[in-house]
Amino acid sequence: MFNCKTSPEIGGMGHSVKRKEDARFLHGKGNYVDDVKLPGMLSMVMVRSPYAYAKIKSINKEKALAIDGVLAVITGEDLAQYNLHWMPTLLSDQQMVLPTDTVMHQSQEVCAVIATDRYIAVDGAEAVEVDYEPMKAIVDPFKALDSDAPLLRPEKEGQKDNQIYHWERGDRAKTDEAIANADVVVKERIFLPRIHVASIETCGCVASYDKDTEKLTVYLTTQAPHAIRTVVALVAGHVGLSEEKIRIISPDIGGGFGGKVPVYPSYVVAIAATFLIGKPVKWIEDRSENLVNGFARDYHMDCELAATKEGKIQAFKVKTLADHGYTDSSANPSKYPTGMFSICTGSYDYEHAFAELDAVYTNKAPGGVAYRCSFRVTEAVHAIERMVDKLALKIGKDPAELRMENFIKKEQFPYSSPLGWSYDSGDYHATLKKAMEMIGYDDYKKEQVEKRKQGKLMGIGLCTFTEVVGAGPSKDFDILGIAMFDSAEIRVHPTGKALARFGTKSQGQGHETTYAQILAEELGISYKDIEIDEGDTDTAPYGLGTYASRSTPTAGAAAAMAARKLRDKGKKIAAYLLEVSEEDIEWEIGKYFVKGAPEKSKTIQDVAFAAYTNIPPGMEPGFEATHYYDPPNLTFPNGAYICVVEVEEATGAIDVKRFVAIDDCGNIINPMIVEGQVHGGLTQGIAPAMYEGIEYDDEGNVLNGTFMDYLVPTAVESPHWETGHTITPSPHHPLGAKGVAESPTVGAPPAIANAIIDALSPLGIEHLDIPITPAKVWEAIQTHKK
Amino acid sequence: MKHEITLTINGEAITREVDSRLLLVHFIREHLSLTGTHIGCDTSNCGACTILLDGKSIKSCTYLAVRADGSDITTIEGVAPDGSNHIVQKAFHDQHALHCGFCTPGMVIRTIDFLKHNPNPTEEEIRWGISGNLCRCTGYNNIVKAVQQAADEMQKESV
Amino acid sequence: MIPSNFTYHKAKSLQDAFALSTSLGEEAKYMSGGHSLLPMMKLRFATPEHIIDISKIEGLSYIKEEDNLLKIGALTTQTEMERSPLLIEKYPIFKDASKLIADPAVRNCGTIGGNIAHGDAANDQPSLMLALRANFIAEGPNGKRAISVDEFFHGFYMTALEPSEIITEIQIPQAQKGSGSAYYKVERKVGDYATSGVAVALVLDDTGRCSQIGIGLTNVSTVPMRLSRAEELLSGQIITDALIQEAGKIASEDCEPSSDLRGSEAYKRSVTDTLTQRMLNVALERAKQ
Repeated sequence: MFNCKTSPEIGGMGHSVKRKEDARFLHGKGNYVDDVKLPGMLSMVMVRSPYAYAKIKSINKEKALAIDGVLAVITGEDLAQYNLHWMPTLLSDQQMVLPTDTVMHQSQEVCAVIATDRYIAVDGAEAVEVDYEPMKAIVDPFKALDSDAPLLRPEKEGQKDNQIYHWERGDRAKTDEAIANADVVVKERIFLPRIHVASIETCGCVASYDKDTEKLTVYLTTQAPHAIRTVVALVAGHVGLSEEKIRIISPDIGGGFGGKVPVYPSYVVAIAATFLIGKPVKWIEDRSENLVNGFARDYHMDCELAATKEGKIQAFKVKTLADHGYTDSSANPSKYPTGMFSICTGSYDYEHAFAELDAVYTNKAPGGVAYRCSFRVTEAVHAIERMVDKLALKIGKDPAELRMENFIKKEQFPYSSPLGWSYDSGDYHATLKKAMEMIGYDDYKKEQVEKRKQGKLMGIGLCTFTEVVGAGPSKDFDILGIAMFDSAEIRVHPTGKALARFGTKSQGQGHETTYAQILAEELGISYKDIEIDEGDTDTAPYGLGTYASRSTPTAGAAAAMAARKLRDKGKKIAAYLLEVSEEDIEWEIGKYFVKGAPEKSKTIQDVAFAAYTNIPPGMEPGFEATHYYDPPNLTFPNGAYICVVEVEEATGAIDVKRFVAIDDCGNIINPMIVEGQVHGGLTQGIAPAMYEGIEYDDEGNVLNGTFMDYLVPTAVESPHWETGHTITPSPHHPLGAKGVAESPTVGAPPAIANAIIDALSPLGIEHLDIPITPAKVWEAIQTHKK
Repeated sequence: MKHEITLTINGEAITREVDSRLLLVHFIREHLSLTGTHIGCDTSNCGACTILLDGKSIKSCTYLAVRADGSDITTIEGVAPDGSNHIVQKAFHDQHALHCGFCTPGMVIRTIDFLKHNPNPTEEEIRWGISGNLCRCTGYNNIVKAVQQAADEMQKESV
Repeated sequence: MIPSNFTYHKAKSLQDAFALSTSLGEEAKYMSGGHSLLPMMKLRFATPEHIIDISKIEGLSYIKEEDNLLKIGALTTQTEMERSPLLIEKYPIFKDASKLIADPAVRNCGTIGGNIAHGDAANDQPSLMLALRANFIAEGPNGKRAISVDEFFHGFYMTALEPSEIITEIQIPQAQKGSGSAYYKVERKVGDYATSGVAVALVLDDTGRCSQIGIGLTNVSTVPMRLSRAEELLSGQIITDALIQEAGKIASEDCEPSSDLRGSEAYKRSVTDTLTQRMLNVALERAKQ
């Protein structure tokens, strides 16, 4: 399937080479932020609010400061003197670093204790006395706009109520008309609750300010080190931290998934602390702190899907209420407050669609922060794929058949979606067909008929999704104004080995291997001879980081383009060495040769050596190239997932019997790594489908803020995943590649939800919100029995 | 209150002074600078802190350092001599059973203990065997394959 | 994540433990496996000033049959029980339960004595003890005594143990021909506490009648609970499908679950009914082998 152009020794595209970065992790020699130890390092622990909404009447530091080893207690009042108590969010809202008078969500940071070691800092945090006056919190987003709701953000200019913004896309009138005239309309309110990335490594930093050099170095769990550096310079510039004196080092990161994109308040406090004290300050969150900050999802979507009686989709309408918590700190490109949600029209060919959204403030931690969602594509796909199944049920049509009849056809690409996306490539029919063959769809349909006769609850669920990743073209995409290009810088040494640096940052995606493979493909240097480096802003070229499956589409492309610049220079050197003109030189991976006389050749290693030792007259010595890649478009991976479940009526227990995932991410760099990403994403997909969801009570208390009750799947809950591929290369990407790692978190929840609901449909159940737990299934069955 | 403890860690006998409340994981990471053992939660669920104590896999975050007096401990750094790979480490590498690497030391240590008592496990037994170790990256499929490979290779070695 | 300050004491023997406990008083807690107590201390839900480590006391870890009893030393770990050939062969309820208690690494430390003495209805072993009609040997500064399981659990974290007393041995009537036992719990995921758990232990006589029966429930009441009414129903009877269904109904009526993150009260009652029936069926099948 993978026609590799290079040999396994070179290890270019399509080779499942084993990962170069594994050794240090296997031997316990990784360098994560909590492993960093600097001389004189202090420990910082946060005091957090037990209340969701409260006035702070006083903070008494006395008892804490009396503990031997406690050096300081930093409050919002302390930071206010430097105007550091508020900071901008990525979407131009404001977020408290530390509060001066009001706390806005449970577990919000209230003040920071700095001590000589962590144990003492925890004792200090316990000894701080905070006098709160609790107020009635807004927890239900549907009540946030009630006339008697308190104004949560009075300090925000022009804010008269708790609405953050209203957003619309599409033609409302035409869509309404199409719905009104349609034979069949299905409606549903779909809620995707908050979930948390829960990477096994929590967030943290070691911030170290040197008073002599005036340089700030921060070891940080971040997926976007350069963006952080610029943000810190903008936020703290007025106290004297300027960008050339700030170094962000993102070392080994224990899982990101979007949770390590935000600038968390504690980072800023740690930076302020080191700046004032002049010693390194380490802050590492506990898991219970980690689970109550920085969420994803929390969309309430009222959906309507209209079709002919034969099932030809005519229109899709969705009205969403987005619960953002107390501030909008979503990590979306600035012109896209709802991310890529407008991809909600899905993989289907029809004309009319309208999407609108109201974002509101509530007394919860800032929500809508990304979690392996490609900027809200998880929400968008869940909506359309649930509605398509609802439609299939309503008209009594097989869900696979319904999809096949509505798919955008191969010939229609590039396809303009009803809400304005230009899908680059895909063959949806082939992808779904492959999934159906691999799982044995027809056999399962027959088995289902038999099982239903016996009263057994067996379900088959599909999800066929179009993803959109690789943000993004500078004309449309920026984070706080910074365009979303990415970069690669390659230096080939005299002995023909290479070092390449990137503006992205792997948190487990295998960049040390995959980028080397791209360069191996382009240059013919063995991937083993190419060192990859990311994450240190002092040395890496500027980039926007790794999230939203953007690395291959942007930095991967930059690698190819930089390599081609090198090849062009190499061609000139080869011509010089071979004493022919440049037009007579041809390239075969790793080698330049004379047209018609292939025995006259020079390897890329020969050329590299010559760049330092035997330079053509007039040419700049050295053999390096940099490229900043501004993608012309996003890429549109897609997939077809099929899930088979059995549900036990007595207890609601759900058994996932099979799950097949066919992904199309264009050309594949390393099939083994891609497959691994799909496995991981599928497990992070079954998680919200069946196990995870942050729960609040009426007072805004988080009910499941530890791993005892926030149910991260173990190897037992995670099914044996079956995966496969179709390949429709991206026409605009230099390697024909697309991103892939978020497709499974996008595609799995709807497939699993659809399967469970299909199992229950003979009992009259038509929809359930995820997570669909056995308890939820049982309750639904009881309700429908009445 | 301080206690003097003596134990063997990765083959080396050491004596140190520890506070009553010092957790074993912090003793290993901070006092001995062996940072390969990780902390991923505060409720004994995630298993990132798993080490071998007197040959048994235990969660070092739920064990007092002082209680480890007289014990024989192996952390990930001591699983194989420097520069080489234990059969389990090799299997994890061969089967792409790690991404970010944070859960990996705990998984490897747990696997070593598991295979000692289950030399010929089924897939289901493997999944239950590592159910105390959370991974967020890999989706577990390849970890299962790595354990299977290690089991096969250990069987061959013992023949 | 970090416990508050305390002083650690290692007990070298039972007498040593009693002496320490008596002199240190109320603010001293015993720790054996530490996997119930230490997690509470790390979250600062428990803040004892002294910890007396009894895990190193010799001679309290064994599994044997003697005097018509199965005797298990209180410091026997859950893993040792899981692997014991004697338990696997003759008391399968322990293998059933072991698999479902926490996870393998936790089971390497957790002891059966600790699981029982903690006094938590969410733990699994108490319901097995009820089903098997166990007696606990408790030792303290005032000597040794036997406490039956029915007298043991008083309330939330409260047991019949006097201050300074330690459970040293668990005694269970020896399995005989016609013995069958089984345990299962429904949980949200591996390692969770029970949404509901049911332990059944019974003996069939030569006529196939149920001569002994014990049914214990996990986490559906404040105190570990015996399903007495169902035991009375089945005792002395040939256990038919109809009786099993009735026992399930009794289970759903008599248990006292609370609605929480694991499910509503109604759901838990229903699950308890289903599990009671299933465990009766499994125990019966095993008894007939």
